[in-house]
Amino acid sequence: MDDLLREFLTETGEHLDTVDVELVRFEQDPNNETILRNIFRLVHTIKGTCGFLGLPRLEALAHAAETLMGKFRDGHPVTTDAVTLILATLDRIKEIVAELERTAAEPEGVDQDLIGALERLAEADPEAPVTTQAAPEPEPEPEAPAESEPDIQILERDLLPGEVSLDDLERAFMEAPGPDDDEPAIAGDSLAFAPSVEVEPEDAAPVEAAAPARPVPPQARAEPVKEAAKEIAKDSGDGSSAENAVSKVQTIRVNVDTLEHLMTMVSELVLTRNQLLEIARREDDSGYKVPLQRLSHVTAELQEGVMKTRMQPIGTAWQKLPRVIRDLSSELGKKIELVMQGAETELDRQVLEVIKDPLTHMIRNSADHGIEAPEARRAAGKSERGTIRLNAYHEGGTITIEITDDGKGLNFAAISRKIVERGLATEAEVERMNEAQIAKFIFHPGFSTAAQVTSVSGRGVGMDVVKTNIELIGGTVEIRSEEGKGTAFTIKIPLTLAIVAALIVSARNQRFAIPQVSVLELVRVKNGSDHQIERINGSPVLRLRDRLLPIVPISKVLGLEGADADAGDEGFVVVSQVGRQRFGILVDGVFHTEEIVVKPMATKLRHISIFSGNTILGDGAVVLIIDPNGIAKMVGQGTADNQFGVEATEECGEANDNETTTLLVFRGGGETHKAVPLSLVTRLEEIDATKIEWVGGRPLIQYRGKLMPLVPADPAITIRSEGMQALVVFSDGDRAMGLVIDEIVDIIDEALDIELVDDRSDLVGSAVIRGRATEIVNITHYLPMAHEDWMSGAPARSSKATRTVLLVDDSAFFREMLTPVLKAAGYRVVPVAGTEQALAALSSDRRFDVMITDVEMPGRDGFELIRAVRAQSRLARLPVIALSSGVTPEALELARKLGISDFVAKFDRSGLVAALAETQAELGEAA
Amino acid sequence: MIAANTNSAGRDGRAVQEYEEFVTVMVADQIFGLPIDRVHDVFIASSLTKVPLAPREIVGLLNLRGRVVTAMCLRRRLGLSERDENGQEMAVGLERNGESYGLLVDSVGEVMKLGADTHEPNPVHMDQAWVKLSRGVHRLDDKLLIILDVDAVLSFDAEARAA
Repeated sequence: MDDLLREFLTETGEHLDTVDVELVRFEQDPNNETILRNIFRLVHTIKGTCGFLGLPRLEALAHAAETLMGKFRDGHPVTTDAVTLILATLDRIKEIVAELERTAAEPEGVDQDLIGALERLAEADPEAPVTTQAAPEPEPEPEAPAESEPDIQILERDLLPGEVSLDDLERAFMEAPGPDDDEPAIAGDSLAFAPSVEVEPEDAAPVEAAAPARPVPPQARAEPVKEAAKEIAKDSGDGSSAENAVSKVQTIRVNVDTLEHLMTMVSELVLTRNQLLEIARREDDSGYKVPLQRLSHVTAELQEGVMKTRMQPIGTAWQKLPRVIRDLSSELGKKIELVMQGAETELDRQVLEVIKDPLTHMIRNSADHGIEAPEARRAAGKSERGTIRLNAYHEGGTITIEITDDGKGLNFAAISRKIVERGLATEAEVERMNEAQIAKFIFHPGFSTAAQVTSVSGRGVGMDVVKTNIELIGGTVEIRSEEGKGTAFTIKIPLTLAIVAALIVSARNQRFAIPQVSVLELVRVKNGSDHQIERINGSPVLRLRDRLLPIVPISKVLGLEGADADAGDEGFVVVSQVGRQRFGILVDGVFHTEEIVVKPMATKLRHISIFSGNTILGDGAVVLIIDPNGIAKMVGQGTADNQFGVEATEECGEANDNETTTLLVFRGGGETHKAVPLSLVTRLEEIDATKIEWVGGRPLIQYRGKLMPLVPADPAITIRSEGMQALVVFSDGDRAMGLVIDEIVDIIDEALDIELVDDRSDLVGSAVIRGRATEIVNITHYLPMAHEDWMSGAPARSSKATRTVLLVDDSAFFREMLTPVLKAAGYRVVPVAGTEQALAALSSDRRFDVMITDVEMPGRDGFELIRAVRAQSRLARLPVIALSSGVTPEALELARKLGISDFVAKFDRSGLVAALAETQAELGEAA
Repeated sequence: MIAANTNSAGRDGRAVQEYEEFVTVMVADQIFGLPIDRVHDVFIASSLTKVPLAPREIVGLLNLRGRVVTAMCLRRRLGLSERDENGQEMAVGLERNGESYGLLVDSVGEVMKLGADTHEPNPVHMDQAWVKLSRGVHRLDDKLLIILDVDAVLSFDAEARAA
């Protein structure tokens, strides 16, 4: 990809984001010409650059959108339809740009649908300009501007010099002979980068200077500019000052890598300074002290300065929100206003990236669940328009983001009911909880109280992800809610991740760092004192303010030497909290807190989940940073006996890292729990049993405008005829099936260790989940019951040896998505994250029957992996299936050369299973 | 002479230049060679921070001029016994995929300039674990120099587990 194109992509991306926001603002405030002018200018720039780079699809789309916006500017009323259409066009442009970014070429396709609609709308009402000044003139036809003579544009608004020239230049270009391609770019540029061009009615020279394309035909401008002159005088106030501000802010684009490198170097400097200070503390020679003091100051300032370069206003993460709210309000039929405050609050771009999606999700949630429909609001005595308020501000070393809505608030009764239903707590326990405690349950995986599952939210996946993401960067989320009044979420996140305050502790003479943010308090424990560690069946606990705190002796978790010799339960307990799990880490000693620069763990050590990184302390020693999340995981699982055993931890390390599967656990027929990988489930539904229809002896319901067959999960289940019936919906393409179950028990995340069974086709096997034997349901058994042809062509599960699949994909998401699918199809799956790991796995003693690899991976990609595999004689015939998100002819050619059995699109689950079955057939023939 | 040269280059595609330089290291009385272009520095490994739960080969982390270096023990990597005496631990600084490693050895010797004519493939009966890590042997006058494959030595996740 050449630099020009890359530059274009970056710039266009930014422009599109701005246009998105501005359009929504404009729709609410259609008389604000500054906004319109801004939008118009940006779209025009995009159009121009596209023409310049030879991107006809983009150019045509931008042109059509621009024409319609030109009408707005000429005073046509701004309708929601028109704005929606333009937004849709922007989306299309974004799609194309995304494709462009991937392949460096404009994708094939026709946009006549959008262009046609835009043009129709642009021509729809030629005689309805609402503005008062200037007599309406015939509009130039968008397709044939050259013919519309005399070509006098109505310029009844304020006319900045730049804008006048733009409009007229545009027409001039249209009229001018010669290739149309490169001129609009110049026009766009002249506008964007030369706002100070003066256009005098009779003098085209300055225009020529800025846009050397050709002189502007005078008759095109003469009259309107005179009119415009008045307007300039009137309106120059805000208009020109805005333009001036743009030209005054001087910025340069710097590669993020450069900044990252700078940051690393400064971090090193901080460390060196710390070391020097440490030495100076020991030495009495005061000669150092003054210059060292100075160095210390300069370093601190430099650190601050460099940190600032990484800072971005939080507004960049909010940019998409007005559009999201706008789309949601029309989709849900609600009136919602989004108020954003503190958009200029800055935070580290790394942090920004992490919170972007959670924020969007929470806003969607507020709009969907929080804000009521207009009628409901009226009935509750509130104004029809609901308000979602987003507020960000600095507070100490953290940033606080508040998301407040004035909607109906949390329904505590419903949540309590759900908690009990799900078995997350007993009724008595819920009784004792206060509202804040109950509210926290909405962050529980799979927890949704939405009576109706909508396309927006209510599937119970989301809030837990929000919380996890925020906690990942050391942040916290809190909820306050008052029924009928609204809900407020408060998110607190650290300013930066690179430098954190840490508590330095010791265990068996080795020092470790614990991030200060996860330390709630420190308790000194000593035998015979108030705080004394007790044991329940060997597991240490501490009574802390009438609650039992599980204690994790760090030396034991880490398998440090002498840990078994149980040096007594004395030392300090670092009380931490991760999620709802509160626990104490027992350490031998506590030194001090220190600002540390977090360095990532070496790749070979990254599988140790207890450590999140390492750092160099002031005295030069390398110290490991303990990750409380990793420790919390150990508290949550495991039995008392091997809870902190070294083997147990190693087991849950590298090899099984990716093997936890999110399972939907339900009851259906008898008391046995059944489970199915959540990734296979499309939706969870509760339907009114009276809606079930029987056709030809088979139960069906009308679901999303189609008939969906229902299949009981067990013959013992009787489909209810009244009340609510729980369903698990599976779908594939346009076919869907509802599995009838008794009730949903839970959604859990567990390492799946399935014991296969041969004699029952409805089960994949059984596994122990949360200490209960659970049957893992084989969905492929039910699908043909719903649609006879569903699985035709798919394999009958081989009841003989289970085949082992090596799954290579750099994306943890895909690995997690595909692993259960393949497992359910009866394969043993070994997921690995990249070429190196794959080759390592292949060279181990394990036998693999087939390899599935993503071709697009960072570093050594899939093709290189396959090449390396083919080079080994032992593996030369290993069947390989390549996964790709887009298949190019070159890729196919390469695939044939490398003997790839099949190319499957990344999302095509059934295609993948079919391809796997085929490789099996081939093997059979070969044998 | 010219004929001999082309011949040796042809026999071993890697040895296109006539000579290769190796940093020699001693481990348990065996001499090994590391390609000089892969060796960044040689240093004394002091104040190692042990990493609990780490693979056996990784002895710990150390601070080398402000960089955190992963120290790996060549003895353990080769499946040799631990060193008896507590002498100074010498380390050879290597880099792989942008990460710094220190390979702990008993001692570091001279730099040798060796031609392709003394190069031999690994003997067929050599320990398989060693074959994976080696790129052949050079016949020296009084001993054999095993050439280590730096990438193989530094990548071990799965093999180490399988072994």
